Amino acid sequence: MTTHGSSDHPGAHQAPAPAVNPALLRGLTQPRLGRRDVFRLGGLAGAAALLAACGVKGEKKDDSASVVPSDFWAGKTKTNTLDFSNWPLYIDVSEDGKSNPSLDKFKADTGIKVNYREDIQDNESYFGKVRPSLAAGKSIGADLIVITNGIFLDKFIQLGYLAPLDQTKLPTFAANADASVKNPSYDPGNKYTVAWQSGLTGIAYDPAKTGREITSYEDLFDPKFAGHVGMFGDNLDLPNLALVGMGVNPEKSTPDDWKKAAEKLNKQRTDGIVRKYYTQDYIDALASGDLWISMAWSGDVYQQVASGKNLRFIVPKEGGILWTDNMCIPITAQHPVDAITYMDYVYKPEIAAMLAEYINYITPVPTAKQDVSPALADSPLIFPSESDLAKTHRFRVLTTDEETEWNKIFQPVYQS
Amino acid sequence: MSAEPAATVAPAPGATGPRRGRRGARWRSPFTPYLLALPGGLWLAIFFVVPMLVMLSVSLQTGNVVDGFVQTFHFAVYPDAIRQYSDQFIRSFAYGGICTVLCVVLAYPMAYWIAFHGGRRRSTYLFLVLLPFFVSFVIRTVSWKFLLADDGVLLGNLKDIGLLPDDFRVLATSTAVIGGLTYNSFPFMLLPIYVALERMDPKLLEAADDLYAGRAAVFGRVVLPLSMPGVFAGVLLTFVPATSDYVNASILGGTSDTMIGNIIQTTFLTNADYPLASAISFILMVILLVGIFIYARVLGTRDVFEMGTR
Repeated sequence: MTTHGSSDHPGAHQAPAPAVNPALLRGLTQPRLGRRDVFRLGGLAGAAALLAACGVKGEKKDDSASVVPSDFWAGKTKTNTLDFSNWPLYIDVSEDGKSNPSLDKFKADTGIKVNYREDIQDNESYFGKVRPSLAAGKSIGADLIVITNGIFLDKFIQLGYLAPLDQTKLPTFAANADASVKNPSYDPGNKYTVAWQSGLTGIAYDPAKTGREITSYEDLFDPKFAGHVGMFGDNLDLPNLALVGMGVNPEKSTPDDWKKAAEKLNKQRTDGIVRKYYTQDYIDALASGDLWISMAWSGDVYQQVASGKNLRFIVPKEGGILWTDNMCIPITAQHPVDAITYMDYVYKPEIAAMLAEYINYITPVPTAKQDVSPALADSPLIFPSESDLAKTHRFRVLTTDEETEWNKIFQPVYQS
Repeated sequence: MSAEPAATVAPAPGATGPRRGRRGARWRSPFTPYLLALPGGLWLAIFFVVPMLVMLSVSLQTGNVVDGFVQTFHFAVYPDAIRQYSDQFIRSFAYGGICTVLCVVLAYPMAYWIAFHGGRRRSTYLFLVLLPFFVSFVIRTVSWKFLLADDGVLLGNLKDIGLLPDDFRVLATSTAVIGGLTYNSFPFMLLPIYVALERMDPKLLEAADDLYAGRAAVFGRVVLPLSMPGVFAGVLLTFVPATSDYVNASILGGTSDTMIGNIIQTTFLTNADYPLASAISFILMVILLVGIFIYARVLGTRDVFEMGTR
């Protein structure tokens, strides 16, 4: 925010006038001024200046004015350095925990050294953290970041914070990427993003506790499970899966559908069926038995099953959500050529397999299946079946006005 | 003679010797008080006053992250915020208040016991009280989830022997949130009360005894009034953070335990509605300040400051 002098600001006449009052002036020239008055005056002047401060400038980039790939990439060259910011536990790690084999191989193959950081905890706080720098056109110290499709990726794109990708630099992606991550609805033509990993939002349950097989979204509303049902406390998975559960495609949903979904979810809460609206910690509650059935992400469940827990993950018969974490290049990246080189590199089947072995989410390279261990290759959570994928939907893409309405409808559900 | 032993009692550990009256003349410069206040004043100005004014300014803007925010002096945001989140405001003050009362009830007897009956091991007992607080706040709270899981080490066993019904739970209830708040605030109540009690001159108690006051009267008319500054400080240190806390509610709470801190967090980060988040923060601050002001008027703030100078 910039502080303007109050005289040139259109809203200045509404601000407390900082004009000097004669009585005050007289007071200032006489030695009656107490210590308190000095502090009081200082505060008043500051308040006046700040109240007249102008708002945050509009940052939206017109489509016509947005950067075209050739402009962005002109003159950019390989530097052999890449600053990569990713989420925790989201890349392969060697046995001794000290290195990342796929990054070592990348360096051996291309000469680019990757400075890998796990500094993205969630989309919203990461957006809040980097927004001021990106708005000011300053580097955020990262050339490659990973953002989930949804409201915050939409914001990154709408605000012009992402570099347009030069498709000619992504031949391996073009050759090997799965259809589900090519030309996705949230980024037509992969103009700004390339998938890192995908996952499914569905239902996880402990068959010993539920006493029956779970097949439907409606099972989350069964009074028999009251107090042991987990729902997500967010404005993405919770509303979108509710819409899918009602047979509505989120991408085509209307505010009326949103209200109906919120009504259904509110009733589920007031009936005492929901135990709690969870963020990441639902998986611990499932593992400890506090939850019998919960909304869940496929990869979390895979890891619990691999460690011996009796949990199951299903895509409800009404459908599930397919979400994708995407690699993108901030517009202020210092080493964009190295970043796009890496984006393409991870689409080699053997590299995708190295990542999939460790990460346990859905790899965007289906041909990696032949390079992974049999246990992984057979898992429907890592290589989902065609029929499961056919049932999945994407998050609703929201304009800013729609988002305000969306949040007004759904926030009271999970924060009552 | 009962007056004799009183004379041999050592002065309370906190008591200081006579003040030195010497003051160098060069310290009498009229600028000295300002210079002394400068570092602290600048600190407060930069990290408290300026952000607070920015917050006030932001709260009166309208717009959104993508199109930008413009200063429109949109005062309606304040009544809107109160209307929209009145439940969470009321809940926060209720939880903060219950937590504070519980803290007084739990901490006072303990502080009393340590101060008057702790003997040589007083510092050991205080150390034990503080020991859990050498562990991170979040870890401590998360460990409750492990201990109090529905089928966990505590509840699981109690259910097995039939002391609790099968569907009984502590986690994801308001009891758990208030319990967590109380647990996390406990030392902030205990320590000031302990300091107030420990500094009490034992001669006063003996004098009361000599004047035929019963134990209840000694406590009610001497000990309690003299320890009130400690209680006052403890209440401030407990009530303000507990009311604005959001960690306990998000880790231990259920579906209807959202506190105003959680709302601020969601409004700011998830919804990126900076004006509304600023307005809610400001309202919370003003209510707390007004509450403390009234409370201070009733109990008298001078006592708190005296605490530090004795």
